[in-house]
Amino acid sequence: MKKVVSGAEEAVKDIQDDMTLMLGGFGLSGIPENCISALVKKGVKGLTCISNNAGVDDFGLGLLLKQHQIKKMISSYVGENEEFERQLLSGELEVDLIPQGTLAERLRAGGAGIPAFYTPAGFGTEVMEGKEIREFDGKMYLLEQWLKADFAIVKAWKGDTFGNLVFRGTSRNFNPMMAMAGKTTIAEVEELVEPGEIDPNEIHTPGIFVQRIFQGSNYEKRIEQRTVRQRG
Amino acid sequence: MALDKNGIAKRIAKELRDGYYVNLGIGIPTLVANYIPEGIEVMLQSENGLLGMGPFPYVGEEDPDFINAGKQTITTLPGSALFDSATSFAMIRGEHVQLTVLGAMEVNDEGDIANWKIPGKMVKGMGGAMDLVASAKNIIVAMQHTNRAGESKLLKKCTLPLTGVKCVKKIVSNLAVLDVTPDGFKLIERAPGVSVEEIKNATEGRLIIEGDIPEMVID
Repeated sequence: MKKVVSGAEEAVKDIQDDMTLMLGGFGLSGIPENCISALVKKGVKGLTCISNNAGVDDFGLGLLLKQHQIKKMISSYVGENEEFERQLLSGELEVDLIPQGTLAERLRAGGAGIPAFYTPAGFGTEVMEGKEIREFDGKMYLLEQWLKADFAIVKAWKGDTFGNLVFRGTSRNFNPMMAMAGKTTIAEVEELVEPGEIDPNEIHTPGIFVQRIFQGSNYEKRIEQRTVRQRG
Repeated sequence: MALDKNGIAKRIAKELRDGYYVNLGIGIPTLVANYIPEGIEVMLQSENGLLGMGPFPYVGEEDPDFINAGKQTITTLPGSALFDSATSFAMIRGEHVQLTVLGAMEVNDEGDIANWKIPGKMVKGMGGAMDLVASAKNIIVAMQHTNRAGESKLLKKCTLPLTGVKCVKKIVSNLAVLDVTPDGFKLIERAPGVSVEEIKNATEGRLIIEGDIPEMVID
């Protein structure tokens, strides 16, 4: 079982133009910083990126946007990125905005072999357009389909060489479902350990979902909104 | 006098009940957490994966791995739980969250809400709002009664793209508390010093006024 790769460059080596990628994270928390940098350096273009957010102007997916490497974004909220908004309003960038819970469930479905499911989110809104509608127990639902990708790129706190992952805090977010839904899943971790060093009870993502893993370096882990209180 | 943001938050906090699991949206709803009445315990859900959200961290203790849905640094509390986004929205769609408080750009007198998009102008996305309004048993909207031009935001029909339909149960604005009923907005309370006439003038949608309308008691 050889899953460990030398670093981000090797991990993304066969990601090519026009592929579909899933990238974990909520805001800037739990984003695969090392792989994003490697993709910027590699210069692949025409990417479809599935990610809850689109980073900020100079960090996260914002770095790929600035280089015009992204053709299409599939996200739920893109509020903190001016370059994104500019590319969208000018028509340079295609965007599919979908409800956050629908995004999470479409990813989970993609990894779990469930091609479609009904959800109430978006009924009566423009999200419903073109979708099959059905009533269950007096309430209306719309049919949403699974999401899949050529590569899922996730970030975990700890991982072992078998690909078992443990997340920390709210940086877990979309990472576990994306790990399940990628044809090939790359995990970058802050600490890579030997099998057995993580208690099996505490593994969030079993290694079966992870094909490549490496210990990342130089994590910036930027804070978007630094809110604090004073010691009273 | 019309309420300020904190006044709106204080009034909404009175709707909290012991044992509630509550999701607070970004903006005024977040402030509700500062006014939870004494003697009751509520669990705050943050849809990015936390139940039992605590206060902001002390200076120097900010941790990038602990944020809320507004991307603000936060803390956990004894008894907090962390989970992934699919589990989080299972809590929401599965009606395990008792109360959702969120902001709105427009609501109408049937309980429709618009709060995510201004075509050609603002394209931020709906985030979790559509999932929340589609499923929450109890939705309270915190909002300004009118826009900057003085036009009503409580309408007969929303003009902006909808977030959800027939879902809002209660509105707490800077002027009034209103319930959404099958016959329209029912005026429940006035902000201190605000007249029924002022509320009437600021409400475009159907407004039901029955008997004397009491002033809100806050603080």
